Amino acid sequence: MVLTVRDLAVTRGGLAILEGVSFDLSAGEALVLRGPNGIGKTTLLRSVAGLQPPEGGTVTRAEDQIAYAAHSNGLKAMLSVTENLKFWASVFGLSDIEPALEAFDLKELRNRMAGTLSAGQKRRLGLARLMVTGRPIWVLDEPTVSLDVASVALFAEAVRRHLQGGGSALMATHIDLGLDEARVLDLTPFKAAPRTRQMDEAFL
Amino acid sequence: MKALLIRDLMLAIRAGGGFGLGLAFFLIVTVLVPFGVGPQTELLSRIAPGILWIGALLACLLSLDRILALDWEDGSLDLLATAPLPMEGIVSIKALAHWITTGLPLVLAAPVLGVLLSLPVPAYQWVVISLAVGTPALSVIGTFGAALTVGLKRGGLLMSLLVLPLYVPTLIFGAEVARRGAEGLTVQTPLLLLAGISFGVIALLPFASAAVLRINLR
Amino acid sequence: MSLWEYANPVKFIRTTDKVLPWIWALTGICLLTGLVWGFFFTPDDFRQGSTVKIIYIHVPSALMAINAWLMMLVASLVWIVRRHHVSALAARAAAPVGAVMTMIALATGAFWGQPMWGTWWAWDPRLTSFLILFLFYLGYMALWEAIENDDTAADLTSILCLVGSVFAILSRYAVNFWNQGLHQGATLSLDKEENISDVFWFPLLVCIAGFVLLFIALVFLRTQTEIRARRTRALLAREGQA
Repeated sequence: MVLTVRDLAVTRGGLAILEGVSFDLSAGEALVLRGPNGIGKTTLLRSVAGLQPPEGGTVTRAEDQIAYAAHSNGLKAMLSVTENLKFWASVFGLSDIEPALEAFDLKELRNRMAGTLSAGQKRRLGLARLMVTGRPIWVLDEPTVSLDVASVALFAEAVRRHLQGGGSALMATHIDLGLDEARVLDLTPFKAAPRTRQMDEAFL
Repeated sequence: MKALLIRDLMLAIRAGGGFGLGLAFFLIVTVLVPFGVGPQTELLSRIAPGILWIGALLACLLSLDRILALDWEDGSLDLLATAPLPMEGIVSIKALAHWITTGLPLVLAAPVLGVLLSLPVPAYQWVVISLAVGTPALSVIGTFGAALTVGLKRGGLLMSLLVLPLYVPTLIFGAEVARRGAEGLTVQTPLLLLAGISFGVIALLPFASAAVLRINLR
Repeated sequence: MSLWEYANPVKFIRTTDKVLPWIWALTGICLLTGLVWGFFFTPDDFRQGSTVKIIYIHVPSALMAINAWLMMLVASLVWIVRRHHVSALAARAAAPVGAVMTMIALATGAFWGQPMWGTWWAWDPRLTSFLILFLFYLGYMALWEAIENDDTAADLTSILCLVGSVFAILSRYAVNFWNQGLHQGATLSLDKEENISDVFWFPLLVCIAGFVLLFIALVFLRTQTEIRARRTRALLAREGQA
């Protein structure tokens, strides 16, 4: 198991939204989280990525294994595509960005400023960033936003290769990526019973 | 870490604003002072060290909200937090980048502006030395303020309110070095105290800034 | 039975409700006795005349201005280490009280300074330090107000309080270095010889006790208000969700 989540509970804005979420993720495996808007997919992923302490339960993972991609791409408009990728590569201690450019069809755009890219192109660059982290667990929040059909296929291909290389992926998405090997976890049953957070309960 | 520093410097150069804005502000403050207090050379030369310090401090303050806010808005800060860099390192590098783009140009520009204010000759070296020793502290303290207010919509004014009282000791010792230098007195004590503050905040404050940033990110 | 039991908000309100009337009564008695005694039944100073009597407000408020910040510092540490909500809310509740005490100290100082030094304000180290302390209070309160999430606000303000305390001490020394000042030496000191004479000393002690009690009463009351506000928000949130 590269990632084990047990009985996880998360809150947003002082309200419990999910509780009792448990799942495992092993190498070469992909797990897709589904559920209606507001169910807490983003919050759950932030907790798994370690950005937000969970309200309850445990997330077990090895140190420095997760590459996280959120709604925003973390790109700098005034840097070129290559410079943006090179920066993230060196932050993660790597240097080769060619495979990432190749995989997301960014070779022709490599010298363009990121600020001049279209929304879809920016997204592709944001996803290409995952490949230069060299990390085995991809945690992706709505990775296909503003991607066209061809780009979604590119992305699915990149995920597949990542899985074949022994990586794993945890993502929240509504689109069917055509990844047959991916398991699906519907979060609806884990919706928390209406109650305030434990922290606030002392006040009642 | 080096990559982050290079990226921040590159952004400061390309986005304009970085190097130029603080300097231009420093120049304007210095030019406005004689309009406010009158053109008498003796008066100006007496208050020149203080004006240069206040001007540098305000120019520093002006650019603080850029340290972290831009990275917060485009999501880079979240991604950096999951990267294999310690948060303390990130905030230190951010402060260093701020100092190189704002503090260092101010140090270099101070003698030129000193001419405008008829700064006494012996004071030039001490103004430059005191700014060189003191401005790193301004950047580091400012980064703490920026980290405190990073998630807020209109954090700029609040940040000034939080940061300016923290600037008091640095300003006092820095301006004291410059003033004593101008009067030909010995500067050793205030200079050592200024250096002490600088080293102290560089060593300790990043821990507070990192803690604050982690709280703001969650 | 441990002290931490009172960190439970409900328990805190119940206990303070019981003791508050007594504290208020004691505050009234102390302040009334101290001030009347001080103002009307002490002799005029041979040098300062009757202006010296402003000491009965000036010194206690100045003491409380500093002690309120110390109390906030302790409360912030308790919040950081043990995460008791009452502690964070008490720190929040104490800030405006401390700020007002600082203002009173500054204002009475100005009224005293005018006849004594011939000026309302001088950049004396003590006066300047209090002005800086006042700025710290303002920043601290502004940060509390600015942040919506209660726990985030509590975390950030307590770190600000810690860092601010260090810088407040630094500022104190810096200001001392910067200007030697006009202010008379400490009114109270452990060395009995240096103290003011007993005639002034006893009513002053009563006044100080009164101000301490006043501070405690106000902080209790304001903490109760903060707790009730939090409780209202928690209830509203629960209703909205159901």
